Amino acid sequence: MLSPSLFSSGVTDMTKLTRLLTAAVATALSAASLAGPELLNVSYDVMRDFYKDLNPAFIKAYKAKTGEDLVIQQSHGGSGKQARAVIDGLEADVITMNMPPDIDALHDKAKLIPESWASRLPNNSLPFTSLQVLIVRKGNPKQIKDWSDLVKPGVQVVMPNPKVTGNGRYSYLAAWGYALRQPGGNEQKARDFVAGLLKNVPVLDSGGRAATTTFMQRQIGDVLLTFENEAEMIAREFGRGQFEVVYPSLSIRAEPPVTVVDKVVDKKGTRKAAEAYLKFLWTPAAQEIAAQNYLRPQDAAIAKKYAAQFPAIKLFTVDEVFGGWRRAQKTHFDDGGSFDQVYTKK
Amino acid sequence: MQAVSTTAVRSAATQEAVWVRWLLLTGALLFLGFFLVLPLVSIFAEALRKGWALYWEALKEPDALSALQLTLTVTLISVPINLVFGVAAAWAIAKFDFKGKSLLITLIDLPFSVSPVVAGLIYVLIFGAQGWLGPWLQAHDIKIIFAVPGIVLATMFVTFPFIARELIPLMEAQGTEEEQAAMVLGASGWQTFWKITLPNIKWGLLYGVILCNARAMGEFGAVSVVSGHIRGMTNTTPLHVEILYNEYNFVASFACASILALLALVTLVAKTWVEWQTERQMAAERAAVYES
Repeated sequence: MLSPSLFSSGVTDMTKLTRLLTAAVATALSAASLAGPELLNVSYDVMRDFYKDLNPAFIKAYKAKTGEDLVIQQSHGGSGKQARAVIDGLEADVITMNMPPDIDALHDKAKLIPESWASRLPNNSLPFTSLQVLIVRKGNPKQIKDWSDLVKPGVQVVMPNPKVTGNGRYSYLAAWGYALRQPGGNEQKARDFVAGLLKNVPVLDSGGRAATTTFMQRQIGDVLLTFENEAEMIAREFGRGQFEVVYPSLSIRAEPPVTVVDKVVDKKGTRKAAEAYLKFLWTPAAQEIAAQNYLRPQDAAIAKKYAAQFPAIKLFTVDEVFGGWRRAQKTHFDDGGSFDQVYTKK
Repeated sequence: MQAVSTTAVRSAATQEAVWVRWLLLTGALLFLGFFLVLPLVSIFAEALRKGWALYWEALKEPDALSALQLTLTVTLISVPINLVFGVAAAWAIAKFDFKGKSLLITLIDLPFSVSPVVAGLIYVLIFGAQGWLGPWLQAHDIKIIFAVPGIVLATMFVTFPFIARELIPLMEAQGTEEEQAAMVLGASGWQTFWKITLPNIKWGLLYGVILCNARAMGEFGAVSVVSGHIRGMTNTTPLHVEILYNEYNFVASFACASILALLALVTLVAKTWVEWQTERQMAAERAAVYES
């Protein structure tokens, strides 16, 4: 018979186990019940650096004004996935996305916010904007200057999937709008142009960051389509001499909106802090932090101060060309929309 | 006696031509090198690319620490619970006959065949705000999804089969004779379990626990769906690795990944030791049989 040495001291082992378990459960609970008002900002992938700079500034300003110590938690992920999580019950006090449809979904799918959420803050709830640029390899070997160069044979385009990412949708709509606004442009020509562009995309990445990694880390493709502020992040991580940013003759304005999630703040009693947090985004201090993160500020004075890093470029908005986000979403990206049609035709 | 039999087995197995053996061996080693050793080395190489100071800095970062703490917490909760369920299930299946036994075995295997993402979504559909129990949970202010309980549930689901699967064949092979003898001699059910069954299965059990533990610490898919990714609160280490990677923070990302890799290596060593112990136990039992 074997001696059951492993379990011989059964009693002491059990107490040890209980103690460990209690400690584990205690940590789990303590993590959920930190003292002080606490805000959760649910955001998309690339906003981390901005809010990392902004949150301490707001916490300080809020403390000076009200004497309260705030804690701000951040959650980052793909924008569609993040919006879905809030709909499924992630208790976000504020949501900061890269395009309005992800916030519209909070109203459409779960009635968490009123339909008119965008009109509650200045500039349609857009504290800053960005735009789509073309990023090419050092020295621009394929001579890519504008959207029209992206459909040429032999040019490989890297971009995230428009079906699931805001970043991809902006690029898709930018190309569409560009074609539409060329001499003699019409819907059919725009559709053909975008179909031609998609033919040059070897693979549609699942997120903006994945596309950047494909282009910079794996060295695939001749041109990457992404946000202007993402170009700055690439420069910080990969070095400025590694690529060039090309501003096309015409681009789309990227509109990252913010809003308070009414149902959550009313339940948690955090409305006052959450509203102050978002209003803070329009103060000169916050606008300056945005500019430092290469997001184009709304404040004219700050925009002037940082004008050198934001070349003037002709822009159109989704409202101007596509009759609003809801229509653009429906005609182009919902199932059976133009994207499905031109992409499967390939 | 035993030595003779082992030699006999070995010679039978090595009747292949020398070149065949070498080819197979080289093939296996090359495969292992490319698919296991190289990636493992690259994790540490990337993590240390900018030196030890930055590596250490990345691990000391509060979010990284809290992710590691959460990972360990979740493992410490889910593994013991799975241990109890696993032993109970294996005991019931191996030692008793009842209706629906094969159905139970199939159910235990379910988490192996279900994609982890689906496993996570199951819980979102049940406990999410739009799910079956969502409104009730919200009314009573109970948080399951996007909080620690949800992560524990998802981890438990994914790691459920490991212990039971390890024990069922072992217990079936051992049969019920020893337990029957104990009963005949007047032992109670608990006594039989603690004094007969548990000592017999302890190495298999430990092996199952180690596998379960490894998976619980490394689980990504299911946890990603239910986590909510709140930094410093509901991010486990595997999730933290992905987020850091997406933020171009490659050194920190691989530093955290290297901790997971180290935990895996420790697990591997523990597993090998347990296997060695099991072998020894088997050999001792066999020797005892031969002697008698």
